[in-house]
Amino acid sequence: MKKNFKVIIDKPVIKPLVALLLMVGVMSVLSGNFATTDNFFNVLRQVSVNLCISVGMTMVILTGGIDLSVGSILALSGAVAAGLSKNGFSFPAADLYVGFTFWGCILAALLIGAALGAFNGWMITRFKVPPFVATLAMLTIARGLTMLYTKGFPITGLGESFSFLGTGWFLGVPMPVWVALLIVAFFAFFMLKTRTGRYIYAIGGNKKASLLSGIKVNKIILWVYTLAGILSAVAGLMVTARLDSAQPNAGSGYELDSIAAVVIGGTSLSGGKGSIAGTVVGALIIGVLNNGLVLLNVSPFWQQVIKGFVILGAVILDKVSPGKSEN
Amino acid sequence: MYESDPEILLEARHISKQFPGVLALNDVGFKVYAGKVNAIVGENGAGKSTLMNILSGVYSDYQGEVLLCGRPVSFSGTADAQRQGIAMIHQELNLVPYLSIAQNIFLGREPLNALGLIDFPQMKRDTVDLLERLHFDESPEKLVIDLRPGQQQIVEIAKALSLQAKVLIMDEPTSSLSEKEAGILFRLIRELTENGVGVVYITHKMNEISLLADYVTVLRDGCFIEACPMEQTSVDELVRKMVGRERKDFFIKRQHRLGECLLAVKDLCLRDPLREGKYRLKDISFEVYAGQVLGIYGLMGAGRTELMEALFGLYGKQVEGRVFVKGRQVKFNNTNAAVAEGLALIPEDRKTEGLVLDMSIEQNTTLASLKNFLKHGLLSFKKERATVEEMRSKLEIKSYSGLQLASQLSGGNQQKVVLSKWLLTKPGIVLLDEPTRGIDIHSKNEIYKLMDDLAGQGMALVVVSSELPEIMAVSDKIICLCEGRLSGRFERDEFSEEALLKAALPDKA
Ligand SMILES: Nc1ncnc2c1ncn2[C@@H]1O[C@H](COP(=O)(O)OP(=O)(O)OP(=O)(O)O)[C@@H](O)[C@H]1O
Ligand SMILES: [Mg+2]
Repeated sequence: MKKNFKVIIDKPVIKPLVALLLMVGVMSVLSGNFATTDNFFNVLRQVSVNLCISVGMTMVILTGGIDLSVGSILALSGAVAAGLSKNGFSFPAADLYVGFTFWGCILAALLIGAALGAFNGWMITRFKVPPFVATLAMLTIARGLTMLYTKGFPITGLGESFSFLGTGWFLGVPMPVWVALLIVAFFAFFMLKTRTGRYIYAIGGNKKASLLSGIKVNKIILWVYTLAGILSAVAGLMVTARLDSAQPNAGSGYELDSIAAVVIGGTSLSGGKGSIAGTVVGALIIGVLNNGLVLLNVSPFWQQVIKGFVILGAVILDKVSPGKSEN
Repeated sequence: MYESDPEILLEARHISKQFPGVLALNDVGFKVYAGKVNAIVGENGAGKSTLMNILSGVYSDYQGEVLLCGRPVSFSGTADAQRQGIAMIHQELNLVPYLSIAQNIFLGREPLNALGLIDFPQMKRDTVDLLERLHFDESPEKLVIDLRPGQQQIVEIAKALSLQAKVLIMDEPTSSLSEKEAGILFRLIRELTENGVGVVYITHKMNEISLLADYVTVLRDGCFIEACPMEQTSVDELVRKMVGRERKDFFIKRQHRLGECLLAVKDLCLRDPLREGKYRLKDISFEVYAGQVLGIYGLMGAGRTELMEALFGLYGKQVEGRVFVKGRQVKFNNTNAAVAEGLALIPEDRKTEGLVLDMSIEQNTTLASLKNFLKHGLLSFKKERATVEEMRSKLEIKSYSGLQLASQLSGGNQQKVVLSKWLLTKPGIVLLDEPTRGIDIHSKNEIYKLMDDLAGQGMALVVVSSELPEIMAVSDKIICLCEGRLSGRFERDEFSEEALLKAALPDKA
């Protein structure tokens, strides 16, 4: 067990981790409101949505791909869950009406996420569409579908269970944080201890060699995009539950925060190198930054500028290693 | 040292180089004489490539001194070294796959016209000249990705030539060349030395040493062992010094009892995906029995690698014909199916096809047989470690730990990792594409013995090799390929270099 732990907290994570701790230190000094229990959970709750998405994104990027459609999938699955919960599913022509329980809504949202993610994977493996293009297309497709489904209006008033998922507490920890924690733990373990996890690294490291080792490369890639879709749907449920409403434009731009978290966490965009642990640190860095800058009353415009520089700084820090000269 | 010693162009003094976990070079000295072929020999992992990387500016952190024409220098990078007249042909190919031959050769040094734009006609002319010197018959506009490794190697050589360096370092340049091309390269080397160029030549092929070398330096385990003019030593003595012990008997093949027919191929054809109606392989048939080694000989581009890959399911439905494993007809539509039927493929290019370079030795070794390392459905690191440690010592993979990254291994040791990966799948049929390329003599013999053992255990082996002595030593029978067709079959008592070469050469009509 101890050994496993050492492998999870591998060396490349150290640098971003130090950066995170530094940042927490600085924020605590600068703002009296930062280092409070309330704010601690506040940050975690804000981070949990990005974390869910970023776990999927990490796997996608480890295979050497990218997923730009996470924000749109988040919106559509959130909207579908909200819509089903409130209005059910009716099909007047056949005089059909199906009501959905809370769990039914959750399942439907996850299925939507899985289906859209699988579609991404199918395009990429079957038709050799580059991941950037395939998921860019899905970004607008799923956003359009969300608009169609919601007719452009928020769906509000979702009831008890949803609000517990979004704003409830369990054992002193907010529910969304529990969900993110479980997902992170599960997938960190998955990447480390399962064959599929190992194959994901191998494919990103060298596709041809993986193929020649008898790995079903296409099948794994399909799975990875499907998982990314499912995790976006989870994030969609979290967002919807917290606001007690599904916004048609929910999650737009989330792909950027997620890619940033993955990259800050030391995962290489060319695939094969990186870890979920790194991504957790990356997401926390972004979360702390967002939260701290608000507490310090930095203008939102400056916040974006600063965030950009932090991303650059983190990646440069990660690249600088003594030794080999490059030119 | 000797009165008659020619001018020293480049000298390394007391060089040490530390990698995390290994001292790759330990107080090594080396001289490059003008107009001579200065050879370096040593086993896999002896530190040859590392020393050359220092001399050509790839590594800038090392201890010791480099002198260029007697003056101490320290290169800030390869470009700097090139400016000062030192060029290197690396052991591994370093070309940009989607650029043309000409663009690769002049990458970063493109000739410019009066407007400051790339002078493509000039570039093309220069490339044609270079390729002509190498008797290489390809259009300068062809993309590098469409070339076979041997051809890519020639492009590397052309690139180094175009630098018109004073010191030209060649790290195993012939490892993927055919004999004919190697001959052309040797003539070129003579031409260069006559013009005063100092050539540094690294190889594991001892016949090349006796043919080419004027001076030899022996390295062993990162230490300097000896340097002397070639006429004062012999190949046997060199090998003894490289290995540090008496050379073991040369490999002698044993005869194994043949079992059932493990692999039968009937009229195999491979459609050319680029040209409708054309075939890259046509009507290939052969059988291999348990305990037998089938050699496949042919010139570069004859379709040997394609044949291996087609058998391994890499081309899916482009393959026609019938394949039988143990008498049962099989269809390999993907590599996974081939592995499941007990096939293993040790590919031609270990860096791009054999290994995941960013993974450890351990993870590479178990990659094709991960299902054997599960405990309750999860990977057991303990099992992995135990098995890999066993392979590491059995194949003498030189490394400081199983956690070392594959990218940090010397070329020969990388090949051993690929071999151990496939041995762990307990295959019934092993396809080996140039299995000993870049492997030192000692390990080569080990690999031959290993192959022999595998045959003894009842496996069927199919070996592709461009080296005639090698293929004749290890095979029970040989088939020759020429331009995608079967051009000869030989039983062991019919083997001769002339006959094999004749069958491999296309008819000059
Ligand atoms: N980047 C690296 N990081 C760590 N160790 C390295 C690295 N490159 C080489 N080594 C180690 O240094 C030693 C010397 O390697 P080198 O590549 O110079 O051997 P070589 O003599 O060229 O062998 P070969 O004949 O197999 O090519 C080996 O033990 C190798 O594992
Ligand atoms: Mg080498």
